[in-house]
Amino acid sequence: MDRKNAMSLEFDSKSENESFARIVVAAFAAQLNPTIEEIADIKTAVSEAVTNSIIHGYDGREGKIVLTCAIEGSKITVSVMDKGRGIEDIKQAMEPLYTTKPEMERSGMGFAFMEAFMDNLEVISAPEEGTTVTMTKTIDEIKLFS
Amino acid sequence: MENSKGYMDCTNMGAVMEVRGRSLLIQISKELDHHNAVTIREKADQLIDKNSVNQIIFDFTNSEFMDSSGIGVIMGRYKKIIFTGGKVAVTNVNSSIDRIFKLSGLYKIIEKYATIEEVLNLQ
Repeated sequence: MDRKNAMSLEFDSKSENESFARIVVAAFAAQLNPTIEEIADIKTAVSEAVTNSIIHGYDGREGKIVLTCAIEGSKITVSVMDKGRGIEDIKQAMEPLYTTKPEMERSGMGFAFMEAFMDNLEVISAPEEGTTVTMTKTIDEIKLFS
Repeated sequence: MENSKGYMDCTNMGAVMEVRGRSLLIQISKELDHHNAVTIREKADQLIDKNSVNQIIFDFTNSEFMDSSGIGVIMGRYKKIIFTGGKVAVTNVNSSIDRIFKLSGLYKIIEKYATIEEVLNLQ
């Protein structure tokens, strides 16, 4: 199917917007007729990416986060961009249980969850310039009904 | 209901908490993310300290969403009571939250039960 659609949204780096962002993406993804499980996967991944931008990218300071979604056929691409402090060592940041903020009880599972719940994850970051996380997931067209 | 001792309604802040004896029941309202985690952590720690809590039950009956921030909250409370022999349990976990627990390895240190009563009856 050659379905195509896209949207983008900019919002403040406030923790209230974590739930806003994942609900928006879930609503946008609904046109692909995902299962409840697929929606849960996408919501978790979006929540992790946006939370990272707020906590790490902007470190609690005010800033803007840009969320973009694109649908191509049965694939959804979600991208979360901030212009925060950036990541010095992306490989280390992506290691499960690694966190720079243990005092905030961060579990270090954010990137691991994004990888587990989406098909593909790409992180582009430069210190003092910001971070863009891009994730894709293909939603199966054929659903089994029992 | 032992409300006089430690009932705390934090519905707008992500959880309703209740102390029964030395058990703390935390009923997660809807979603456990970073936004709610901050308040839940603060309120729970007040009740844990005040009531010498040695058992914490996180109940997910009304909850439909949790991310890695929730893992942090549960791990943090676990660390707080483990040194005095405390235990942490989770109850009424839906399938998507269950997957988060499995993936994080949290079930290695906490127990999952079907209902709150099941945990309380163990004592």
